[in-house]
Amino acid sequence: MKTVAADPKGVDSGPHFMDGDHALAEGALAAGCRFFAGYPITPSTETAERFAERAPEVGALFIQMEDELASIAANIGAAWAGQKVMTVTCGPGFSLMVENLGLACMTETPMVIANVQRGGPSTGLPTLTAQQDMMQARYGPHGDNMIIALCPDSPQECFDLTIEAFNLSEYYRVPVIILTDETVGHMHEKVVIPPADQIKVVPRNNYSGTKEDCRPYKFDSQGGHPMVRAGDGYNFHITGLTHNEKGYPAMTAEQNKIVVTHLMEKINGNADQIIRLDEDQIDGADVVVVSFGITSRIAVKAIQDARKEGIKVGSLRMITIWPFCEKRIREISAKVKAIVVPEINYGQMVLEVERNAGGRCKVISVNHCGGAVHDPEVILDAIRKAML
Amino acid sequence: MSTTEIRFSGFGGQGIIRCALITGKALALYDDKFATMTQSFGPEARGSACAAQLVVSDERVLYPYLTQPSILMALSQEAYDKYYSELPKGGILIVEHELVKLRSEHPDLRLMRVPATRYAEELGNRLFTNLVALGFFTAVTGVVSADAMKKALPGLVPDRFLKINIKAFDKGYEHGIQMMSQNGEAAS
Repeated sequence: MKTVAADPKGVDSGPHFMDGDHALAEGALAAGCRFFAGYPITPSTETAERFAERAPEVGALFIQMEDELASIAANIGAAWAGQKVMTVTCGPGFSLMVENLGLACMTETPMVIANVQRGGPSTGLPTLTAQQDMMQARYGPHGDNMIIALCPDSPQECFDLTIEAFNLSEYYRVPVIILTDETVGHMHEKVVIPPADQIKVVPRNNYSGTKEDCRPYKFDSQGGHPMVRAGDGYNFHITGLTHNEKGYPAMTAEQNKIVVTHLMEKINGNADQIIRLDEDQIDGADVVVVSFGITSRIAVKAIQDARKEGIKVGSLRMITIWPFCEKRIREISAKVKAIVVPEINYGQMVLEVERNAGGRCKVISVNHCGGAVHDPEVILDAIRKAML
Repeated sequence: MSTTEIRFSGFGGQGIIRCALITGKALALYDDKFATMTQSFGPEARGSACAAQLVVSDERVLYPYLTQPSILMALSQEAYDKYYSELPKGGILIVEHELVKLRSEHPDLRLMRVPATRYAEELGNRLFTNLVALGFFTAVTGVVSADAMKKALPGLVPDRFLKINIKAFDKGYEHGIQMMSQNGEAAS
């Protein structure tokens, strides 16, 4: 990925005491996002507020739309007009965005969507935390498609991962979803924003060749292809229909295979480059706790206590949730007695862990519904049980 | 690893959340500590009772919520009634002198009373109550340095009221130091 230093105009360098929601907005501005169309919803509203407040001084545009459907639609438009774009929401709003999320996947439109998860289903628990939209992020839109999703565990990571989200989104031309939660979104901690010249961003890559050679698409299962900017004088077409490299409808089974294979493989085929994991003491472990987001912090507390009891326990924190770290789970499952998967939902990512563990080790789900983080003691109990 | 859990509480409009923000910023940015601040966001947090929580540690805070608060600042009767029983033996209970009627003398706790509202009114506005209380808190708990607290104020209080807020802080701080020496406790 070709990167350049961030535009200092968007970078509020220095140490801050900031909540995760605000850090998302600062990350977006630092990454070069200059367009944000959104609709407020707890617990994500503070991100929109921060972006709106900072937009005039940075030269960005903030629009409060009439709803979430319009928000993501405006973002798709602005992305093709040359802007880096972002929106934030939570479950109920994300559900409304899902249709056009599919359009963004199909049209290979770069954008970042943060889902500050709250308890569901439906309007659920507006002010309380959850991790219940993990599968929705991956499987929300109809048809085969693939996105990237990242999962921060702190306000600092909300900042850092938003920049990474933009970079991945620009390079792979795919919507990148930040799956955070109410706890991280509303929690204040120290956030250090580096100087602009230390922040690496992937700039928008706009086509600048001849009109004859202009192609908004290239179906080769790779990233790095230029966008074509509306208004630059090129004739091209964008549609949700199965299309050819010029973007015009080409509705055959053969073309669908070409397009869908590209959409899936540009992400899955590059999973090794995309996936980031945070591992601790997995070599020689009897038990590995696989966790993500706020739950991983609670898990570390349980892991520390378990180690004091002499249990050999490792930690795997998934910073990248999608694509899923299939290969690593397969490797680990061949070496440990059990994998413990705590999450604030009825059991979602544990299904991926089970699928990839393939029966080679026990997989213990430590789940509960939305509203609260785990009691570390509950995770500790599961680690003890894993040893039996 | 030493971890301190603090609850700031009072009624809406007293600047309770601000107290936690200032203290958290002071600790995390200027006192080289790890600090995680959370607040209740539900309907129960609006109107009468208002609370913000701070977990302070020498190492990274893993669990962001309170498990065993050892310091409670209660600036209203309701806040005091709701939270004082959480404190363990030896815990620090800071109450607003005139707004909180004590249910006992709390012999098991380090009880500290501060006339924050009166001092704030003397400075010209009841709105400075939280800063007087914070100054007092800083002096009697020793959790955070006065220097760091003052450094944390810009950006968290309006610029034009910065000086008077520092004055309010100092007023509470001096009162706290005085009380400590009267009680024969070493000032922090």
